[in-house]
Amino acid sequence: MIEIKDLNKSFNHKKVLDGLNLTAETGKITVIIGRSGEGKSVLIKHIIGLLKPDSGQILLDGKDITKLTEDEWTFVLKRFGMLFQGAALFDSMTVAENVGFALTEHMNLPASKVRSVVTEKLRRVGLVDTEEMMPSELSGGMKKRVGLARAIVMDPEIVIFDEPTTGLDPVMSDSIADLMIETQRAQQTTYIAITHDITLTYKVADYVAMLHEGRIIAYDTVDGIKKNDNPIVRQFLEGRAQGPLKVY
Amino acid sequence: MKSEFFENIGKSAMEFINTTGRMSIMLGHAALYAVTPPFKLRNTFKQMEYVGVKSLFVVILTGAFTGAVLAMQGYDALKRAGLESMVGPTVALSMARELGPVLTGLMVAGRAGSAMATEIGTMRVTEQIDALYTMAVNPVKYLVSPRLVASILMLPLLTIVSDFVGVLGGYLVSIKLLAINPGVYIGRTIDFVDADDIFYGLIKSLVFGCIIAINACYQGFYAQGGAEGVGRCATKAVVLSCVLILISDYILTSIMFGS
Ligand SMILES: Nc1ncnc2c1ncn2[C@@H]1O[C@H](COP(=O)(O)OP(=O)(O)OP(=O)(O)O)[C@@H](O)[C@H]1O
Ligand SMILES: [Mg+2]
Repeated sequence: MIEIKDLNKSFNHKKVLDGLNLTAETGKITVIIGRSGEGKSVLIKHIIGLLKPDSGQILLDGKDITKLTEDEWTFVLKRFGMLFQGAALFDSMTVAENVGFALTEHMNLPASKVRSVVTEKLRRVGLVDTEEMMPSELSGGMKKRVGLARAIVMDPEIVIFDEPTTGLDPVMSDSIADLMIETQRAQQTTYIAITHDITLTYKVADYVAMLHEGRIIAYDTVDGIKKNDNPIVRQFLEGRAQGPLKVY
Repeated sequence: MKSEFFENIGKSAMEFINTTGRMSIMLGHAALYAVTPPFKLRNTFKQMEYVGVKSLFVVILTGAFTGAVLAMQGYDALKRAGLESMVGPTVALSMARELGPVLTGLMVAGRAGSAMATEIGTMRVTEQIDALYTMAVNPVKYLVSPRLVASILMLPLLTIVSDFVGVLGGYLVSIKLLAINPGVYIGRTIDFVDADDIFYGLIKSLVFGCIIAINACYQGFYAQGGAEGVGRCATKAVVLSCVLILISDYILTSIMFGS
């Protein structure tokens, strides 16, 4: 379980996270929604230690991970996997080298073993015979799939998704949603995703949290959030330009 | 108006101090990681090849023409004092002590340095460096250390090449165009050039290699703002490397040849 307690973060006097509280349940998919620029990426970068908060705690199984040293993080990070917004594949490496990267870096495995794990994970995300391709030869949707395979290659307990469907067509988005559900069910992994894709949210989420002005203003199951009567939440879910949320 | 002017100067000074500080810290870390196992030998060899291949051609070209020009200009000046026979040593000493290492440094900064900055800057803005971190791989150890080691090792090699083709260029001009006796040219060169002259030049090139790698990596690491930011970081890396090479050349020269 990941508990975020009273998290604060400012950049150049601009408050991005303002006393944020949130819990991500073990073995569930928690989806954090919110408008562009609300600080969703900033939030997940705190969870994985890429940013340090000004104040507040992030408890992983009861232990505060915001105060860890660099060496301690090395161990904690092995429990995490992350899929980046643009997939962030290493463009000097083949697909197979990308997916197997953590294995070759951290495990003393023979090359044949690495290859079989890589092939298995690629098959899991619906890619066959792509091992020797370079990232520049892949479409956006394929990149996301490779990114997902890379994120789950070490069988992490927690996987974080930064906008898994942004920039993909609806059909490809739906297939990514299916993959998220499938891979999560297989291992009972904890998934945390941030997105502004409502279709994805309704399809995959066990819990939905809405981020607005640095706080979580709604937290509920999918059915619960659909009935939420906060006008801000309503406007966002219905995707209307008119309402309390202003368009700049 | 006036206060704004001084404010800007102050800001630039602060930024300069900040940058040098953070760059030194990165250099310290990279050096430390370079000597702690597990070693990234494969990455290091790849980078050595990269630095060498990227720069070899321009280094040969600039070295040869510089040697040739030195011979012409040297001959012109030395003839007035009746010292035509000293053209050989003049070319060789200038190349070994100064122009070999400095020209090589400037050329490598322009070719390999800018390419390194672009590569790492691209990795930064496309979150590949964050991805390394999330996979529990230290980005400084993985990216910076191999480039630092490769650059420090390759610069002296390239400098030797530059020295050699420089002397060769000078020789050809002297023999073919200026009609200096080949025996005299080579004899004088051997008489007047010590191993120390070459050695000190190579020491300089080690320092230049370090400057080029750390500048390129640092600028790339802190690149921001998409493709445009990557371009900017490469320019910064090259300009700063060149300036630092020339400044440190002066300092090193006054230490090594001063007394
Ligand atoms: N390193 C940083 N330095 C300064 N400001 C930052 C930094 N990172 C993020 N911000 C600011 O924090 C705010 C939130 O950014 P963030 O990237 O988290 O938004 P987001 O919700 O992920 O948006 P999007 O959906 O567009 O990705 C933005 O206003 C951004 O300018
Ligand atoms: Mg974002």
